[in-house]
Amino acid sequence: MTALLELRDLARAFPVRDALGRARGAVRAVDGVSLSVAEGEVLAIVGESGCGKSTLGRLALRLIEPDAGEIRFMGEDLRTLNPADLRRRRRDMQLIFQDPFASLDPRMTVEEAVGEPLRLHGIVPRAQERDRVAELLARVGLRPELARRWPHEFSGGQRQRIAIARALASRPRLIVGDEPVSALDVSVQAQVINLLQDLIAELRLTFVLISHDLGVVRHIADRVAVMYLGRIVEEGPTEAVFRAPRHPYTRALLAAVPGQGGRDGAKAVPLEGDVPSPIDPPSGCRFRTRCPFAEAVCAERMPLLEGGSHAAACHLQDRLPPARPPAEHDAGGERLRRLQAFFTDRSTSPITKGATTT
Amino acid sequence: MSASAIPAALERGESPARRALRRFFRHKLAVVGLVVVLAFVLIALLAPWIAPYDPIETSWSRIRKPPSAEHWFGTDENGRDVLSRVIWGARASLMAGVVSVLGAIAIGVPLGLLAGLAGGWVDALLSRIADAMLSVPFLILAIALAAFLGPALENAMLAIAITASPVFVRLARGMALDAKSTDWVEAARALGNPPWRTALVHVLPNIVPPLLVQGTLAIAEAIIAEASLSFLGLGQQPPSPSWGSMLNSAQRFLDPAPWLAIAPGVAIFVVVLAFNLMGDGLRDALDPRADRK
Repeated sequence: MTALLELRDLARAFPVRDALGRARGAVRAVDGVSLSVAEGEVLAIVGESGCGKSTLGRLALRLIEPDAGEIRFMGEDLRTLNPADLRRRRRDMQLIFQDPFASLDPRMTVEEAVGEPLRLHGIVPRAQERDRVAELLARVGLRPELARRWPHEFSGGQRQRIAIARALASRPRLIVGDEPVSALDVSVQAQVINLLQDLIAELRLTFVLISHDLGVVRHIADRVAVMYLGRIVEEGPTEAVFRAPRHPYTRALLAAVPGQGGRDGAKAVPLEGDVPSPIDPPSGCRFRTRCPFAEAVCAERMPLLEGGSHAAACHLQDRLPPARPPAEHDAGGERLRRLQAFFTDRSTSPITKGATTT
Repeated sequence: MSASAIPAALERGESPARRALRRFFRHKLAVVGLVVVLAFVLIALLAPWIAPYDPIETSWSRIRKPPSAEHWFGTDENGRDVLSRVIWGARASLMAGVVSVLGAIAIGVPLGLLAGLAGGWVDALLSRIADAMLSVPFLILAIALAAFLGPALENAMLAIAITASPVFVRLARGMALDAKSTDWVEAARALGNPPWRTALVHVLPNIVPPLLVQGTLAIAEAIIAEASLSFLGLGQQPPSPSWGSMLNSAQRFLDPAPWLAIAPGVAIFVVVLAFNLMGDGLRDALDPRADRK
């Protein structure tokens, strides 16, 4: 498998200023992240809010300029491209935003919004634009007759479908989804996840899913990268990470999924305290201040990501007590599966049916 | 929930502009303002046909006559019909109001967009210039500019346009800054929009509503400014009539002939009030907080 996207030692800090505008240190939002995403793969980036996962997603698309590191996409370093070449390259990489109420221009009709990438990148001749937009809308389960409406006339789920259609319009190789369903109603989440899954399979998309919803992640990701305070602490195939987490943070994260801790509550590792300030992260391992297993070495040296295809950045990863037996009752996933089953049964619902007849 | 329940007739969708218009027409006072403004525009356009007398023809036999059936608003110190002069004066006043505000928008909005979207030293420079201009009282700056350019209606309009432009720089900059932090502007960039296209196609249409409101209110201000400049002899030059210059000559006869001041004064008052009512109505109609989902 060739890597479509490869990040090397990517870093970005945001200066923190006081009231007078003087620099008072910097938030190291992403601090030396290396990742590679293979063609056709679904990679999930998970972590608590504030861990830098959204920043990482935008860095990967060079929507935010990195301070250091390399972004290799389709064989070229995005950081060396001039603005015009970078804009041309954007046709191959798209972003789906979290909040569908904010990501659509309120003064553009659906047709204009979905047609914009077609026009920007000259994907189809003008005459065919309308037909192509109709196809795209149908593909995401919206009736093409709605093309001349404005975003304010749609529900959250419908808007997210419009945003997905817009992201698909230029036939990108890579899509980054920044919490694409977490702003939606639970019942709608399952539908949109189903849609994304179908699209990924059908269009052989490479997808980077940024999410804190472990149920969703387990459901659709091939690989998972766990982030903590701007660094990746564990990375590996989804099932391996969920069944045998190697980093104490990942264990705590999994234990925090409601319904899981109840099984052997005594052994569950609760996460204590808050995430330390990213302005002044702890020395050595950044997780040591909240880690129940921390030793002296953890304060001295920063652990590196080690362990082949399923790697963790922990000095103690080979000495930790065995992880709890895999819990099958991951509440998020269970809830999602039930909802999905429900909506799959109704696959002849008016929306889907109307959409697929075109 | 089923989408197919929506009747086909509705599928065109209601545009944000159309929705604002619908709300505007629910606002009675605003509609009154609009009607008055349109009436004055009509009067100004039709002046040659509806003015009963020639506005600059003098007559020694009817100097400072009080209102009568023949001369509804009386005659002035040169025996000219005041009603005809008010009607013709509407041209100068409305022109001055509309043209100078259009000028101010043409100067201010592009600079404001540039400042807001470019940021950095461009923003700092433009903002400081705008602040410096705003720190001088509006009329003082307008008078200085008009005096520098020379007394003529065109120069007065230019002076007002320049003086009023920093307000639009500020407004457009602020709105552009707001827009810049939204997801849909980031989305525009992620889709591959060049910066100029993001500014013109995405940001500009979204900041039109506040500009429209500010523009309407600024017309009222500009009309007063033109009247003030004309009052001071810097605007419309005699013998052509404008409401401000009429007030100027009327002040010498306030006691013996108050009608000379009342007619143009009331005209200014009514037009300015009408523009303000219209502006308020537009503000309510375009208020994004009224955009319920």
